[in-house]
Formats: sequence, structure tokens, C-alpha cells
Amino acid sequence: MAAVAPPVSHSHDISVIRELIAKHKRWDFIFGLIGLLALMIGVLTFTALFVDMAIKGVPRLDLEFFTSFPSRRASQAGILSAWVGSTLVMMVTAFFAVPLGVAAGVYLEEYAPKNWVTDVIEINITNLAGVPSIVYGLLALGLFVYQFGFGQSILSAGLTLALLILPVVIVATREAIRGIPQAIREGSYALGATQWQTVQHHIIPYSSAGILTGVIIGMARAIGETAPIITIGALTFIAFLPASPVQAAPPFVSFEWLLSPFTVMPIQMFNWTSRPEAAFLVNAAAAGFVLVLMTLAMNGLAIWLRYRLRKKIKW
Amino acid sequence: MTAPETAVAVKAEVRNLSFYYSDFHALKTLNMPVHDKKVTALIGPSGCGKSTFLRCFNRMHDLYPGNRYEGDIRLYPDDTNLLSKEVDPIEVRMRISMVFQKPNPFPKSLYENVAYGLRVRGERNKRMIEEKVEQALRGAALWDEVKDRLDDLAFNLSGGQQQRLCIARALATDPEILLFDEPTSALDPIATASIEELITDLKHKVTILIVTHNMQQAARVSDYTAYMYLGELIEFDVTDTIFIKPKKKQTEDYITGRFG
Repeated sequence: MAAVAPPVSHSHDISVIRELIAKHKRWDFIFGLIGLLALMIGVLTFTALFVDMAIKGVPRLDLEFFTSFPSRRASQAGILSAWVGSTLVMMVTAFFAVPLGVAAGVYLEEYAPKNWVTDVIEINITNLAGVPSIVYGLLALGLFVYQFGFGQSILSAGLTLALLILPVVIVATREAIRGIPQAIREGSYALGATQWQTVQHHIIPYSSAGILTGVIIGMARAIGETAPIITIGALTFIAFLPASPVQAAPPFVSFEWLLSPFTVMPIQMFNWTSRPEAAFLVNAAAAGFVLVLMTLAMNGLAIWLRYRLRKKIKW
Repeated sequence: MTAPETAVAVKAEVRNLSFYYSDFHALKTLNMPVHDKKVTALIGPSGCGKSTFLRCFNRMHDLYPGNRYEGDIRLYPDDTNLLSKEVDPIEVRMRISMVFQKPNPFPKSLYENVAYGLRVRGERNKRMIEEKVEQALRGAALWDEVKDRLDDLAFNLSGGQQQRLCIARALATDPEILLFDEPTSALDPIATASIEELITDLKHKVTILIVTHNMQQAARVSDYTAYMYLGELIEFDVTDTIFIKPKKKQTEDYITGRFG
């Protein structure tokens, strides 16, 4: 430094440097502050919303709230048909989205030839994840509800949401598969395994943590979706439950529930918030609180599963 | 260590082998024998094509698009051309096993790792699998260290143990040739010594081809040595000859450390 700097006496040099450092460090402090502020805006907004909802809604929560159908009287109304509906729709969604998404992801990573067609498909899958959900609702209205004649049913809703989260599942599957070192594949092939044996014994088991995480995060998004479900015509007022899937008489299993009309949590909430009486707003807050808990529980499950399954695998 | 050449059977023979990575001509008309139940070392500077050559023997290159072989690798006694388009690479890999540069055990139990080759072959007989697993682990000098914890995950072993596990995995299916691709380059000197000892023991049972960047290792473990440079086979001979009085100046320069 002394060699390049203009002639300054050494006694000054060190104090100049210290001053310079102090000046530069001010920016560390300033950015730290800005960053903290930015973070707090996000966190505090959510916390405020959640706490506000909890304060309004939690006192309304009791067993009856979960076991009652909606009612014209706010104090007697409950979310039975909504949470049962949400659960059944999610089951259908998972049933279709997981095998389709995993198969598509495995195919793209392991089987598909690396050419421009594959590239175009890949780009489009990523783009599909960004398509507004109401567009899926319109598609489903035409295809599932009318064309296939599934009607305004749990099946239609489940399929719609399955389509909606399919890109998420595919992308998560591919990411998880990409994390498997090539050396593992080569090890399997070198022992004489076929491509399917390699996929079945290695690729899918070792990527299952990532796939499950993706599936659950997709489901957590789907459970809160309102627009596509309204588009396909979910009812807002349902005072009965779908037929039970298990029956006393042979053949013991029934799939009648698939074609049953239904409602889901966010629609129930939406319905209550559009009522003028304040008591219904309390119901909406309580239902919202339950919905947020369901979503958080799913995300928590995803984190826990990932942690559990990853412990076995070290690359 | 010198083997009288006439008395030794030939397990495989490389004839006019050329290999291309798309447009890149990686191996240029190689010819050499692989002697039965002997250790053959492939040496040469980085990028000379020794690993590429090794991976022709189990058709590893078939896994990636754009690769092309020319010429033959004939496997005896049935005189099959391993590189023929009619021969399924899976069939080749069932006859010829491979141990990789870095230990690559599967994230499964020790037992499942060693048994995997048998599972791939559809073996269901539990007692048979157990026997083979023990035999392979003994063959890889690992049995005494792990016999009480065969259900442990392979990742809990040390690096040297993992590599011996991979050797056991390759041995469990009774391969005709065992390929080693720089098997000790990721290991410490003690683990390296144990692997080298193992290779010397194994040659009584199986034909071995080993790629190594370490000339001392080639001198220690091999009966025959091939020196490669820029995709060509410069010299192939009995190991002692290669290291004591090579015929080619190029080989001598590499061996004596004047180059490489």
C-alpha cells in the first residue's frame, strides 16, 4: 500500500486505513438492517394475519364445529362436510398425481433421449407449474365434468387438483433423481441390471424422500385451492356426507362417493365470509385456522419425512 | 512374478479395437491378449485412454449416447465378441464385473449390497444367497470384520472397507474377468496395501484387469503390463520386462519418470 499511495507519513497511514474500514463497515450494518426489515415484513404480516384469525376463530372451535353440517344459524354451523370433502378430494388427487408424476419424472430423467423434443417438453412442464389455477378449472369443467361425464363430483375435483400439482410432482421427482450420483447407476448396471431393475431397486427408493416432499408440498398447495374447485361447480352448502367407501354388505367397498357432490374447506370459508352476519365471519376465521393448521401439518410432515429418509442416504 | 508366456491360457483377446466418443477417436487400433488367471495392468499418463479401454470390456460406454466401438474383444473359451451388436451388454456385464475408482456401495445393508448381483439374476434361494454372500465377503477379506453386522448400512464402513465391499459385490456372481478402475486412488496407503494384497490373492480365482496411475502399484500387483499413450497401446509385455528393460524408448521415459 505504502508503495503505491501518495507520500503520506506512516503514522497517518494506519489511522487512514482504520477510518476507511469503519466507513466500509457502515454498509454492512445498513444492509443488515434493510435485510432484517425485509424479512420482518414477510414474517410479521403472516404472523399478524394468523394471530388475528386465531384470536377470532379459536374460541369458536369445539368438537361440534367438526361434527356439524353447515347451517343457517351461525352458532350451529360446522365444517363436517368441508373437511370430509377436502380429505376425500386430496385422496383422489394423491392417487392420480403420484403415479403419473413419478412415472413422468423417472421417464424424463432416466429413459428419454436427450434431444430437442425432450427439451421442449421439459420447458413446458416447468411452465405448467405457473399456469393460473382457474385455467385448470376451466379445462376440467369441459373435460371431466361434461366430456367424461363425471359431473360436479369428488372425482372431478380430485382429478383437477391432480393436474394442478402434476408439474410440482414431476419437477420434485426429477430434482430428487438428479441428486443420485452417476456412480450408483453405473454400479447397478455393472452388475448386469437392466434399466428397469436399476430404476426399481435404486432410483426410486433413493429419491423417495425428495419425491414425497414434493408430493406433500403440492398437496398443501392443492388443499387451499378455491378457484378451480368453484369453476367445476362445487356446492357451497352441503348438508350430507358422500356414501361411505366401506360397506357392511358385499362387495364391502363402494366407489359411489367418487361421484358424490361435495364441498371443501376453502369454499366453506369463502361462503361464510360472504355472509353479512358477524357470527359467520367468526366461523370463517375458525375454519381458516383449521385449514392453515392442516397445511402446516402437511409441510411439517414433509420436513420430517425428508429428515427421516435422508438419514439413511449419504452421497 | 514372471510368467512363462507359452504356458498361459488366453482369457480374452483384443483385436483392432478402436473407440469413439462421438467424433473423438479415443482408442486407436489396440491389440493385446488378456491372460487367464493373471493380473494385467494398464498404465499411462492421464487422458491416455486406459479407463476408456477398461470400460469397453463391460460395455459401460453403451450407457451413454454417441459412443462407438470398432474391432473385437473376443472372450474365450466360447469365442464371443463382447463388442458385437448382437451381444447384449447386460450379458457381457453378467460375465465381467467391475470395481470403480471411488467406492460406490448402494445405500442399502452390507448384505443387500453383496447380494445385489444375485438378485438381478433372479436368484430366490435364500440359503444359496447367504452362502454366496459369505463366500464373496471372505474372498474380499471383509468377512471377519463385518460378519456380525451384515444389516448395517454400507455407508458406515470406512473407505477401504467400502471398496472391499464393492469387490465382494463384484465377486458374488463368479465373474470370469474382474475389472478394476484405479481402485485405490481414493484410499489411504494402509487401505491401498490391503486392496493390493487382495488383488494378488484373487488372481488365483479370476482374471484381473487393473487400470492404475501408480506405476509402483502396477509393478507390485501385475503379471503383465500395457503402456498406453494418447489412445495407442505403445507396449505390452510381462511386467518385469516393461519395468526392467522396455523395448520402446517412450515406455522407458514414462517408467523412469522422465515424462508423465
